[in-house]
Amino acid sequence: MPAGAAHAALHIRGLRKTYEDVVAVDGLDLDVPAGECFGLLGPNGAGKTTTIEICEGLTEADSGTVELLGLRWDTDADELRQRLGIQLQETQLSEKLTVHETLRLFRSFYRQGPDPSEVIALVQLEEKRDARVGGLSGGQKQRLALACALVGEPEFLFLDEPTTGLDPQARRQLWELIEQFKLAGRTILLTTHYMDEAERLCERVGIMDHGKVIALGTPRELVASLGAEHVVEFSAGEAAALDLVALARLEGVRGVSPENGNVLLRVGELHQAVPALLDELSRQGVALTELRTHSATLEDVFVGLTGRHLRDE
Amino acid sequence: MSEAPLKPSPVRARMGVAAPSGPRGPRLARHALAQLTVVRFLEFVREPEALFWVFVFPLLLAAGLGLAFRNRPPEVLKIAAVTPHLVASLKQEQLLDVQRLSVSAAERALREGKVALVVMPDPRIHIAHGYDMSKDMLGVVYEYDDTNPEGRTARMLADRAIQRAAGRLDVVQSNDRMLREPGSRYIDFLIPGLLGMNLMGSAIWGMGFTIVDARRKKLMKRLVATPMPRHHYLLSFALSRLLLLVAEVGVLTGFGALVFHVPLRGSLVDLGVLCVLGSMSFGAIGLLIASRVQTIEAASGIMNVVMMPMWIVSGVFFSAQRFPDMLQPVIKILPLTAIIDALRANMLQGAGCVQLWPQLAILSAWMVVCFTLALRIFRWR
Repeated sequence: MPAGAAHAALHIRGLRKTYEDVVAVDGLDLDVPAGECFGLLGPNGAGKTTTIEICEGLTEADSGTVELLGLRWDTDADELRQRLGIQLQETQLSEKLTVHETLRLFRSFYRQGPDPSEVIALVQLEEKRDARVGGLSGGQKQRLALACALVGEPEFLFLDEPTTGLDPQARRQLWELIEQFKLAGRTILLTTHYMDEAERLCERVGIMDHGKVIALGTPRELVASLGAEHVVEFSAGEAAALDLVALARLEGVRGVSPENGNVLLRVGELHQAVPALLDELSRQGVALTELRTHSATLEDVFVGLTGRHLRDE
Repeated sequence: MSEAPLKPSPVRARMGVAAPSGPRGPRLARHALAQLTVVRFLEFVREPEALFWVFVFPLLLAAGLGLAFRNRPPEVLKIAAVTPHLVASLKQEQLLDVQRLSVSAAERALREGKVALVVMPDPRIHIAHGYDMSKDMLGVVYEYDDTNPEGRTARMLADRAIQRAAGRLDVVQSNDRMLREPGSRYIDFLIPGLLGMNLMGSAIWGMGFTIVDARRKKLMKRLVATPMPRHHYLLSFALSRLLLLVAEVGVLTGFGALVFHVPLRGSLVDLGVLCVLGSMSFGAIGLLIASRVQTIEAASGIMNVVMMPMWIVSGVFFSAQRFPDMLQPVIKILPLTAIIDALRANMLQGAGCVQLWPQLAILSAWMVVCFTLALRIFRWR
């Protein structure tokens, strides 16, 4: 990234946070330039939420520096809170209040920002304006939470797992809203463990594991770093009898990893790798029971880097 | 960067709203403290259960206990007599309800508690003198349980009626004067007690539950992430409490005054000061209870442990004086005892704040100590 630290909306150096004996964040460095939508991708417990909460001023780091919009939490907390929009994981807003009352309350905390009705229109909750929060669906609640984050007209938006627990339609609806906010040129940091969410929304992605960023780049760069465009997954009757070393030597195969009785091959060209695989399996005398292929995704990047899946645990 | 009212808003730009939307409503109404207070108030009035416990339950309690312990007109005692002659004589006594029964039926009624006394002619005297038992009255027998006060009273009344019917004259003229004045009845004692109990309950539950619930739902964490001034959050509880206090105190004292004619002898200003101070003291206790607790279950456990002993010893339903002298100093410094003593002195004896300084001092001390401690250890997440 050409954008230097001076222009970064978020600038993190050497961030560390330990809870009792668990190291949640382990020496994290990160720069997010203004106007970018950056995604922190990783499995549960990777340290994403701790990182984002330190950035939001909700958790204190053990060591390291965080600079947001050129400001720091220890000296400019009030100013920062005015200029950040925040959506926390699993906040339950008061069920007895209506959508409009909730937004009027949040609006009253900020010195500037749009009228609550405008934000209600923006997140498409006009019909629910006077409905109690307790009666909203999961997707509507999530959109209200987003509206609460937008009502102070933030320059920097933090979204912690914005679509976790939503059905596919509600997720797509929320993605569209976030994309609209991106178009306005604001900076976003979001965490997710859905690779498709990161691929769709984020210009750049940092893959986190065990409190560290283990890969950083655009989704395309990260997938390209696998050196493989496609993934072939198959299962064979007697997996134990399989000669994996022979498979790794096949033409176009970049990596082999066995997984719950299945085998994953990361390959460059399907038209070379699949016939070679079939030949090799018949040579080894193994019966094929299942064969699937898909284009490589961030999930495969994570599997390639750690040998585990994002949604394990 | 900080003053940016003219900066194009992405939200507005998208909505096609050219000019920044002007302020709507008075400035005060858009103030964070005003909004927080309104929200507190709305959350309370939209909770039907809370409304029941704060407004309806004390009234039901007052009405129920007021009826159960009302000063009844002197009771009419049921008795039985076995001859028409005896019945006629006993009917002269207003406080007796006489019925005529056979000897066996009368004795069964006595055993079953349906009558307090059975009156019959004394067969030995009648046989000895050869009189007709159904007409004359030389001797009577009273059958009753002498451990039963009603039986003893009935015997005295019946004997007086029979002796008078037989011609006895009272030697000394006697008259009765009845005293049933408001201010010394049980309901007069009860209403200030219930008022104090209500002040404690609504402040501690209201404060404790709302805070713990907001913490449990991560709503408090979300609020702390906004520029909301934290003291406004706590202050909004005090303000909404004051709003509700007017209704709470008004309903209960109004009910007492209208239905049972419970007096309000002290000045209403003093009564108001007592209620506000009491409510704030209990609010501080509620805040302290809620300052770190993470779950509703834990909070309600602590609240019960704090409030239950006071319900019993602080003189809500019966005088705190009934407890041993040794315990009195401890009972006296409990906040509920202080507020109830002060409310009773104000409402029933007309005492003002100056005379009630010891109680005011106790309440203030609880408030200051609990509030200071609560702020020290309060957890915002």
